[in-house]
This record gives sequence, C-alpha cells and structure tokens, in this order.
Amino acid sequence: MPSNTIGGVEYTRVAEIRGPLIVVEGVTRAAFDELVEIETAEGKKLGRVLEVGGGRAVVQVFEGTSGLSTTGTRSRFTGKTMEIPVSNELLGRVFDGLGRPIDGLPPPVGEDFRDVNGAPINPEQRDYPEDFIQTGVSVVDAMMTLVRGQKLPIFSGAGMPHNQLAAQIARQATVLGESEEFAVIFAAIGVQHSEAAFFRRTLEESGAIRRSALFLNLADDPAIERTITPRVALTAAEYLAFDLGYQVLAIITDMTNYAESLREISAAREEVPGRKGYPGYLYTDLATIYERAGKIKGKKGSVTQMPILSMPSDDITHPIPDLTGYITEGQIVLGRELFRKGIYPPVNVLSSLSRLQKDGIGEGKTRIDHAEVQNQLYDAYSRAQELRSLAEIVGKAGLSGVDAQYLSFGDLFEQNFLKQSPDENRTIEDTLSLAWRTLSELPESELTKIRLEYVQKYYGKNPQKA
Amino acid sequence: MVVQGKVIWISGPAVKAEGMAAAKMYETVEVGEARMVGEIIRLTGDVAFVQVYESTSGLRPGEPVYGTGLPLSVSLGPGMMGKIYDGLQRHLDIIAKKSGAFIGRGVTAPQIPTDELWDFTPRVKVGDEISGGTILGVVPETNLIEHRVLAPPDFPKSRVTDVVKQGKYKVEDVVVTAEANGEKKELKMYHRWPVRIPRPIIDRFDPEIPLITGQRVIDTYFPIAKGGTGAIPGGFGTGKTVALHQVATWADAKVVFHVGCGERGNEMTEVLVKFPELKDPSTGRPLMERTILVANTSNMPVAAREASIYTGVTMAEYYRDMGYDTVLVADSTSRWAEALREISGRLEEMPAEEGYPSYLASRLAEFYERAGRVRAQGSPERNGSVTIIGAVSPTGADFTEPVTTHTIRFIKVFWALDTALAYSRHYPSINWMTSYSGYVDTVAKWWLVNVSKDWASLRAETYEILQREDTLKEIVRLLGPESLPDEEKLILEVARMIKIGYLQQSAYDAVDTYCSPVKQIKLMTLLTQFHHEALNTLKSGATLAQIRGMKIIPRMLRAKFDVKETELDKLDAIAGEMKEEFKALIAQEVAAVAK
Repeated sequence: MPSNTIGGVEYTRVAEIRGPLIVVEGVTRAAFDELVEIETAEGKKLGRVLEVGGGRAVVQVFEGTSGLSTTGTRSRFTGKTMEIPVSNELLGRVFDGLGRPIDGLPPPVGEDFRDVNGAPINPEQRDYPEDFIQTGVSVVDAMMTLVRGQKLPIFSGAGMPHNQLAAQIARQATVLGESEEFAVIFAAIGVQHSEAAFFRRTLEESGAIRRSALFLNLADDPAIERTITPRVALTAAEYLAFDLGYQVLAIITDMTNYAESLREISAAREEVPGRKGYPGYLYTDLATIYERAGKIKGKKGSVTQMPILSMPSDDITHPIPDLTGYITEGQIVLGRELFRKGIYPPVNVLSSLSRLQKDGIGEGKTRIDHAEVQNQLYDAYSRAQELRSLAEIVGKAGLSGVDAQYLSFGDLFEQNFLKQSPDENRTIEDTLSLAWRTLSELPESELTKIRLEYVQKYYGKNPQKA
Repeated sequence: MVVQGKVIWISGPAVKAEGMAAAKMYETVEVGEARMVGEIIRLTGDVAFVQVYESTSGLRPGEPVYGTGLPLSVSLGPGMMGKIYDGLQRHLDIIAKKSGAFIGRGVTAPQIPTDELWDFTPRVKVGDEISGGTILGVVPETNLIEHRVLAPPDFPKSRVTDVVKQGKYKVEDVVVTAEANGEKKELKMYHRWPVRIPRPIIDRFDPEIPLITGQRVIDTYFPIAKGGTGAIPGGFGTGKTVALHQVATWADAKVVFHVGCGERGNEMTEVLVKFPELKDPSTGRPLMERTILVANTSNMPVAAREASIYTGVTMAEYYRDMGYDTVLVADSTSRWAEALREISGRLEEMPAEEGYPSYLASRLAEFYERAGRVRAQGSPERNGSVTIIGAVSPTGADFTEPVTTHTIRFIKVFWALDTALAYSRHYPSINWMTSYSGYVDTVAKWWLVNVSKDWASLRAETYEILQREDTLKEIVRLLGPESLPDEEKLILEVARMIKIGYLQQSAYDAVDTYCSPVKQIKLMTLLTQFHHEALNTLKSGATLAQIRGMKIIPRMLRAKFDVKETELDKLDAIAGEMKEEFKALIAQEVAAVAK
C-alpha cells in the first residue's frame, strides 16, 4: 500500500471526550490501530484507533484532548497505521516525539515508510549476540559486560547520574578491532529540557551528533504522545541497523514516564488494572519495545538498547523495573548508598548483571582470565558486604585477620575500581589490571574461583598500562 | 456446514463477529481478508468472541470471518524433531522463508514438512486388528528417535486390509488401510489432534523413577520423578532460565520440549545455537536431535502465547504415547497466565485477584494434570511419561502472588529461586530451606537399587547440617560467631563446604555442568566423612582453626570441577588423603599432650 496516500474518510460526530480519548460516532470504515488526523480550530492533532465497532471508534489523541470539543471536531481516518519516513537523512537530526523535525530543517526525504509498531523478529532468524562492546567504564566492562545486540537497561532513581552514565557509554562504546562507531538513537520520554539538552550537548561535543538522531518528548510535551515516542525511535533504529547496516545504540529515557502514560490511557478506558493500577498487559506492551533489539542472521547491523528507568522510591520490585527486568537481558542498578558516598558510577554490582556476557568475554574477546576474575570480584565483594553488616554489630575488632582484609578489599573496590571520572575511558586491559590490583588486597589463598595459572601470572603484579 | 460471518468490533487481540450462529465453541476461524488464525472463546446469540492469534492492526469491521469447523489442532507425525515452532505449530523457518526476518501476518506454514521422504517400516500386516494408538510402523526420525507412527487415539477397532511395503514415503501418503463395519479408512503417517483435549490413555502409574538432571541440588535434595510436575519460581536475575536450560540439556528423557512462552527472543536463539553443539551424554549425538522448541516470544501475539503451552503438551503426549519419557519445560507460565488475563479483560469478565480471571486455578490444574506416567493406548503394550516443569515469574519476586500460589497447589516439586542467593552468585539459586519435593520417598527406592544404599541417609545427614546452619546463623547474627561452641562452629564450616562444594554448580564449566548420580554420592560421602573426622579430631583437642587450615579443604571444594566423570576414583584418593591429614592432626595433638 502506498503510504503517503492523501485521502481517507472524514467524520464529524464526536460523542464523548474522556481524558486522552475521543469517541467518534457514525464510523463506517475504520480499522483497528488506524492513524487519525483530528482537525480543530487551533490546528491538527494525531491519534490512533484503540477500539472500533458498532459505528463507534475509540481514538487515543497523542497531543491530548484539551481544546477539543464535541462539535466542530473533524476526524479524518487515514486508512493506514502510523508510519514514519526512514532514510539515511535521519542522522544528525532532531525530531519531536512523533517523529516530526523540530530543528528548523525540512522533513527528511523518506527512502521508505515504516509502521512504527514494527513486527516481531522471528526467533529463528536471530543471530546470537556475542561481540564485546568496550564501554570504557570498568564496572560495566568487567562485571556486566555489554554485547552488541543486547538490551541492557539502567535502573536508577531520582537525582542519580543515570544520564551521565548513558552519555559516557554512548561516547565511548566501541567494538574492539573495529573502527566503526555506533550510530546513536536517543529517545527522550517526558524528560526535562535540561536532561535532553545535556545529551544533545555531549553528542555535539564528541562529534557523535552527525551519527545520531534525537526524538524528544519533553516533560511539558503531551503525555499521551509518550506511548509512541519509543516506537518511532526504534523504527528508525531498526531501519538504520537492518537496512543500512549501522551498529545502533538506542538510549531510551525514561521508561517510567512511558508506563505512566500507558496507565493513563488504560484508566480512561476503564480497563481492569493489574498491579498498582498499571494495565494487565504492561509486560506484553513493554516487550514490544524492548524486544526490538538484536542481531539478524545475514545482516551486518545491530540494535543495542539501553533503556533508562527511574525506580519509584528506589523500589526494584515496583512493576516497571520488575517487568522490565524479566524482559531485558540483565540490568545495571544504581545504588543510593554509593551515590551518597560520592562514587561515580554508583553501580550496585550485586543486583546488576548481564545475561549475554558469557559469550562476549574470554579468550579472543576480552582476556582469558576475565570470567574467573569477574566471579572472584563478585564473590569477594559480596563477602565484604556481609562482613560490613556483621562489623556493625560486633565491631571491626571482632573480625579475624582475613575478614578484616575483606573489609579493606570492599573499600578499595569501591574507591579505585568502581569509581572513575565521567570522561575517563579505560581499556579492558586497564580494567582487568585494576581488578587484579584490587584482588591482590586479599591473601592469595582466598582466590579460589580463579585457576592457579592465572593467579600465578597476575596476582600481586602491578602491570603498567599497555 | 462452514460458517461465514463478519467482524463487528475489534479491540487488540479480541474481535467480535456476527452471523456465527452455527459456529462451535473453541472452533478455529480465519479472520479478515488476511485470513488470520483465531479461536472462538465465547458465543452469545449469533455473535462470536474470537481471540486472534496474529496482530489485528489494520483489521476493519465488515471484514469476513470464516469458520473451519475444527478445534485448534496440531499435526502429529515425523518431521517435528529438532524444529522450532510458534505457538500454533507453524514452522518458524518456513515463515522466515516466506516473510523474512520479521514475522508477517496471515503467513501459513505446514505444521509438519510434507515434501520430506521418510523410511517407513510397517509393524502391522494385512488381517491384523488395530485400534487407537496401535503402532502402524516406525520411521527413523533422527539418529536418537525412532518415530512410531500411531493410529489416531479415536480410531475404531478395525482390520487391516492393506499395508505399504517398507520404503520411502511422504507424510501425506496412505500407509495403512483398515476396515471396520464395512467402512474403509485410510491411515497416513500423521494425524491431527485438538490441543485442548488430553490424549487418552489406558492407565496411570505413580511416578517413582527419578528424572536425573545431573544437577546436584535437584537430584539429591529436591528430585523430580518421570511423569511428575514441578515449578521453578524466581524473580528476574535469579537464574531461572539457566536452570531450565540445564534441565532441558541434561535430563535423562527421550524427548525434550522447550516451550518459550512470552520470553526473550535471544533465549530461543541461544537454544537453537547451542543445542546442535551439545552432545547427549549417553549417545554422543547432538541434543537438538531429541529437542522440539515452541517459541512464542514476549512480543509475538499474546493469544498465540496462550495456545503455545497446549501445543507443546499435546506434542509431548504424542511422543509419550510412542512409549517414551518426555519432559516439557514451560518458560514462563506467568506469561501464559497474563495472556489469559489480557483476553479475559477484553471479554470484560469479572476479575478475581490482581485482575486474573477466576478460572486461572482450574486452567493451571488442567495443564499440570496432563503430566503423568501412563500406559499408552494400543498395541504393543508400552509405558511413557510426560514430566512438566513450569517456570513462574512472580511479580516483585513475591511468592504470594496469584500465579505462584495457585501453581503450588498442583505441583509436587517446588524449586524456589532466591534473590539473595543469586545476588551473592550462588547458582543454581535454589533455596534449600523453602524448596521441597514430594518424590523424595518414592525415588529413594530407585537410588537404592541402581546407585547406592546410602543415598537416603547421606541426603538426610547433609540436609540436617544445612538446617542447623540456618538456625545457628540467626544466633551469629545477634551475638557474633564467637558465641558458639566449637562443635557448632564446625557445623557452620561444614555447611559452607556443602554450599560451595556441592550445592553450587556451574552451568558454564565443562566438568561441573553435569554431575552423575555416582559422583553425587561420592561427593556427599566425602563431605559427611569430613564432618565425622573433624568431630573426632576436635574431641582429641585440636582447634577449629587447625581444621579450617587443612590443605585438603580447597581440594575437596574444587573436586566438582577437577574430577571428571571418567576418573571418579580420584574422589576416593581425596578421601584417603583427608583421613591421613586428620590422623596427622590427632597424632600432633597426642604428642603435644604427652609432652
């Protein structure tokens, strides 16, 4: 079907306006999910059909219903689902949350038009992700390694530096042995102007803006538009990756705002809620966003997704982080306690993980001892944490020699290994050397998770930067 | 008569169609001009409520709905092994050939390959009496699986009038002709069966043979029996998927079904990539030759997710009827329940807890009841089993939510995954205090006869140490470790050794990933002997610090990695050295006292 057809069917009877929804009556030809253009005195708004039947169509209005009236509102059903034009020209541009340019330049010429809802990737056609991405952030590279085609969210909380971390990763991410840089797709969902400006600035400063496309729905933009922004951005990402062969890194922030918009629509439709008022289909709906990442057999490009969400009251069991964690391939959790200690990045390593790292690390990818070093770091830091709470009860003096060494390992780990500057780009070699220096704080006999030959090679050594 | 109606209302996967008065409940229909598959889930007057198994985006009122007169069914015959299907038993590789890397709508794909030639050897001859479930012939489906071609379960008692010779045939070819009451019936190499109806059986038996998974914490402490039911609940990041993959990889079943129900696409890809490389421990053949995947990932249409577990279990029952032990792993039943909830919501049914429909419990019960060890229909006499293991993804890792609480009522084995254990990288993170198995006593006999007379006592002894540690830990938390006498501190030490050296098992270590029953017994013996010897040594006056410093301990803890299945006598050598070291300690003490 040609996607730029002018036409469609127009209706003028609006029976009801309720929250973000309008109910159009006398509808004889409307399709589920069809795009609707609503003409008002002030201008045009866009919407889509959520339910149709019995001559009525329930339409969700992206820009909100304020200013609409039951009389004089003309709705044109366009005969197609929502699509955006896609082409190489998307790069270097800034769009609003529905994919319309807001940088003063004309709309990009589309090579093709794509349905923003996308289609599920056939699991049989997926290629298993296993290319190590060096982010230059020690804790991520060593302990929750990102691979190309993965979806790895950042679980954060109000005020914590998730944006700095995501921006640092966007600037520094490289695949070892390849000179090609990532194309960055940035989708802002209900974030503040200052946050969006921060991203834009860092992309400009590093020159990455030429290889980026920004889709911005800001905090004062219509809330209902937020349900479509990530889909528009990911449609662009999929085109760049699977049609043009780019390695795409998609950063989506903040998914909590997305879920809240979804809840608002669900409530307006009077649907039976699941937990905390979120609709029962929140999991499925989130999956249609997060699953749009990966690699496909026979295609050069990939989509790596890094969604950011703020956990309401830092609660990881809240439905949004909880359901996200079930879909994504791991999570990077930021911790309030580390943040208070002034440690950047404040990654709570024990609750963070990367599910796809096992094939992305080791010989030929990072270094042969990586997996075991990682195990030992986790083990030792988790022991240090246990001992910290014990030390609070019995006092530091109540701990034996080895236990005390674990405590100082814990401090060193946080202060030297975890902590790094937002513009410090560490190679994986540097990161692993640093890990060994930190582990060398413990007696050699405690390193039971690492093969003896590696211990002999690296323990207590202080290799200089390569 | 085939019904034809038209669409009058659409909301997501739920569609209403009128003019459907002659349609039947649970009949499959084709919706819209794209002929998308759907199923009737409610009838009111001439209006049918249809759940559509594909995306309804772009569907309009007024489009046609065609009845098929048939319930949602699967095709059962050779050619399924090693394949990946969606929730409606459509070949995903054929869909890929038709619609590319992304799944299009209204794409049809045969459920079993129709152009492949199979080497059919008849097992019946002219004049034989056959009935439902009779083995008509056999086909080597893969190197691991002899496919037994069965007469459909509802086939009447008939006499064979014609049989083809041994040779190569396609599934659509007639291989046997039989006559009953003057009526001739033709039998092909496959038949169809509705997914929501359990395949009939002759008799059920108690599950009493353990399904050996090679995972120590499962086989030793919380065993599951062939034909049994188990659930594995756990929050995200607790290693649920890895644990299920381990069971699917190493279970000593003939056929394994992996139903990816609303989970990640890359997880199915991982199975597709890894299983052809992994070898079956007993035959050395690629594991893919005994595995069937049903993949309905989280972003695929939600109604097909609801159907996918029935599709999987019906295929499992079919291989059971051939006389095989099968295992079905469903990841995750919570996503299936959510699909149920979503459809129920669209139907505007009165919800029970957390929006789930009131029939959630009965649907779960029906599903788990399809597990069992049975005598199959037809001749020759044979037994088979379906073991069902369902993952549960409780929201917020809260085991009091509806899907977990209802599931617990219908299963016998509960492997509770623990977030705290996972955070400290204790994998598999099966919590030994909250998990249980209802098969411990029934499988004890198998261990006694086939492996060792000591299984039950070793299990009880080590488990008691773990339980005591749990109580003692409370005291330590309040008063510090120094408040305990040496004997109890020793319990803590031995419990630590059991946790590191036995309970923890690495899925990624070439040796540790699978632990045979014999190795399990030997490792447990080693640990209990250490405890006995250490107690004696304490009595002789040695200190706990001396025992903790023993050189043998790191070797005992690494034995699971270091000792390969082919060299298990090394474990006896370690036991010998351990005794020597204890002897030396006692001798040292005696000498010190003598001075």
